[in-house]
Amino acid sequence: MSTQTEYLAGPAGPRDAAKAATRGRLRLGDPIFRVIATICGLIVAVSMFGLTAVLIVDSWPAITGVGAKMLTTVAWEPSQGQYGALAALVGTALSTIVAMVIAVPLALVIALLLVELVHPTVGRVVGTAIEMLAAIPSIIFGMVGLFVVVPWLQATVVPWLLNTPLGKVPGIKPGPSFAGGGLSVLTAGIVLAFMVLPFITAVSRDVLRMVPQVTKEAGYGMGSTTWEVLRKISLRYANSGIVGAIFIGLGRALGETMAVAFIIGSVYNVLPHSLLDPGTTIASLIANTFSEATSKLDVAALIELGLILFLITLAFQVLAQIWLRRVQRTTGGRA
Amino acid sequence: MKKPASSWRLLLVAAVALALIAMALGVAACGGSGSSGGSTSSSMADTAVGAGATFPYPLYSKWGSDYAATGAGKINYQGIGSGGGISAVTNGTVDFGGSDAPLSADDLSTAGLVQWPQCVGGVVPVVNISGITDGQLKLNADVLAKIYNGQITTWNDAAITALNPGVNLPSTKISVVHRSDSSGTTWIFTNYLQAAAPGVWKAGADKTVSWPVGVGGKGNDGVAASVKQLSGSIGYVEYAYAKQSSMVTVQMQNKDGVYVKPSLETFASAASQADWKGSLPSMYLVLVNQPGKDTWPITGASFILMQKNQGDAGRAQAALAFFDWAFKNGATSAQSLDYVPIPKSVYSLIQKDVWKDITVSGTPVWQQ
Repeated sequence: MSTQTEYLAGPAGPRDAAKAATRGRLRLGDPIFRVIATICGLIVAVSMFGLTAVLIVDSWPAITGVGAKMLTTVAWEPSQGQYGALAALVGTALSTIVAMVIAVPLALVIALLLVELVHPTVGRVVGTAIEMLAAIPSIIFGMVGLFVVVPWLQATVVPWLLNTPLGKVPGIKPGPSFAGGGLSVLTAGIVLAFMVLPFITAVSRDVLRMVPQVTKEAGYGMGSTTWEVLRKISLRYANSGIVGAIFIGLGRALGETMAVAFIIGSVYNVLPHSLLDPGTTIASLIANTFSEATSKLDVAALIELGLILFLITLAFQVLAQIWLRRVQRTTGGRA
Repeated sequence: MKKPASSWRLLLVAAVALALIAMALGVAACGGSGSSGGSTSSSMADTAVGAGATFPYPLYSKWGSDYAATGAGKINYQGIGSGGGISAVTNGTVDFGGSDAPLSADDLSTAGLVQWPQCVGGVVPVVNISGITDGQLKLNADVLAKIYNGQITTWNDAAITALNPGVNLPSTKISVVHRSDSSGTTWIFTNYLQAAAPGVWKAGADKTVSWPVGVGGKGNDGVAASVKQLSGSIGYVEYAYAKQSSMVTVQMQNKDGVYVKPSLETFASAASQADWKGSLPSMYLVLVNQPGKDTWPITGASFILMQKNQGDAGRAQAALAFFDWAFKNGATSAQSLDYVPIPKSVYSLIQKDVWKDITVSGTPVWQQ
């Protein structure tokens, strides 16, 4: 280019530099890649909106036919014309809460252990073991749950628990649908906890590793104990990452289907009054009853259940984003 | 001044490209699926695909492998529950459906299906009680109904010990297991409770009922697995599942008041009472609670359903050829698994009167 046109073209930017450097070569690589990448991004966005649209359209007969009654009626009995999602919603909530209560403290402690307290080699080995736990198909968890956890709970743990004073606490005291405690919300929660644990641990461990060494050394230098450094420096630094990890685990626990279907007892017509009662979750209810949904209303009602689950997960994602943004503001914008 | 590259323009180009690709794919897909799924059969036989009840699954699976060994053709059967089988064959997603709960004549004509019994089997209650061995515990319809109602809650309840003098029953709570999916086995079981204990059993007789108590297992195999894992539990499964998993079965009191064990003989005694000729053309028949001192009271037939109007003659022919083979050559395999085969007098009736309604463009598929 002549000096005159360079002057008129304005200040040189990175694209101009690239243009100058690649003069004479075909410069289509960048634009083509940008177009392809944008198409891929659009595919994902369109699929997401398309899925939501399909869910709403296909469940419309049920939304108009059953209406708000679906969220207030307990029993799911299509053969009697009753479409109540409340039992499934309560079961989903209870099993997820149990899973998170077990998994989150355990995962945090394991992550802290791996990053701060053990020899790096041990940390690597245990870390690999936990990542392999994440790779196990969920149906294996269901099988192990059915063949190991269920008989153990039914024969040993639950009878013992009911003999202690804890057995009278509301929430543990067996309700009307109690069936021995083996196939119950508690079992489902325990198995879900083990499915969710590896994700939370792995992400927490990575986030905790990113805490700058300098900050921790400053803490030790001022005389803090290990526990004080862990709590006030590492965890606070890794806060938003850990919250993100917890929400990933929560998403998996909410949507887990086959593992839960084996061990939660599949009781569709009574609310679980305690953790030891059997129940059902939205995902396992759909899995169990979809193949014989005969009438249009049956199918639409099941799709509406799927839509409800989808909206719950979406709501949690939005909550996570709001919380993370608030945490970022208070801790100074560390992503 | 050179205009800066506009990201909106980039987005527009990408969106147009995406729309073009989507249209091209849409046209290709519509064009491809314009011709319906089946093609006219070549000299090689088609594979007939079926789905439905888990009740006859062990038998159809054995027949399927024996039939494939003869080289005459193949079938593929999936156990998804009777309800699933009925919907699948009504929607045309499978060539034949299996169901232990037959459709009434009205439902058959609304759905455009025909049905016939392919085998007869027994539903047996199975228990998991410490100290109780196979065939030791005696129950009758009244007690069974009360257990499934939640009115009897422990194994050493007076009603159960009265039927079992000398048997040491523990005080374990009874864990009731039923089916979580739509099941023909449930249909047979609840029909029995309703027929034999009408004063007690109020939840009705259907493929799914509103169970007063209990947990659900998916499929006969799910119920069997749950009963095996829960101590103090009771469930109901088709006999082949109980036998294959060496589960503890019970003796039931039949209509004549005799306590019988589940076996091929007791099922056959029930099956022999069936008036199949009188049930034509829908072949709807309930076999529970039949008279006879050797009769197993919870017996039922498992039915095959097929569409009247078939789209693909090859697949329909393949299915009917398999069932013809099963009727003529499958009796020994059936008996080895404790299913009662359909006798010749009945299956000739089926082939003559029922199969003639399976047509392709008006011509019957099955040529005698």
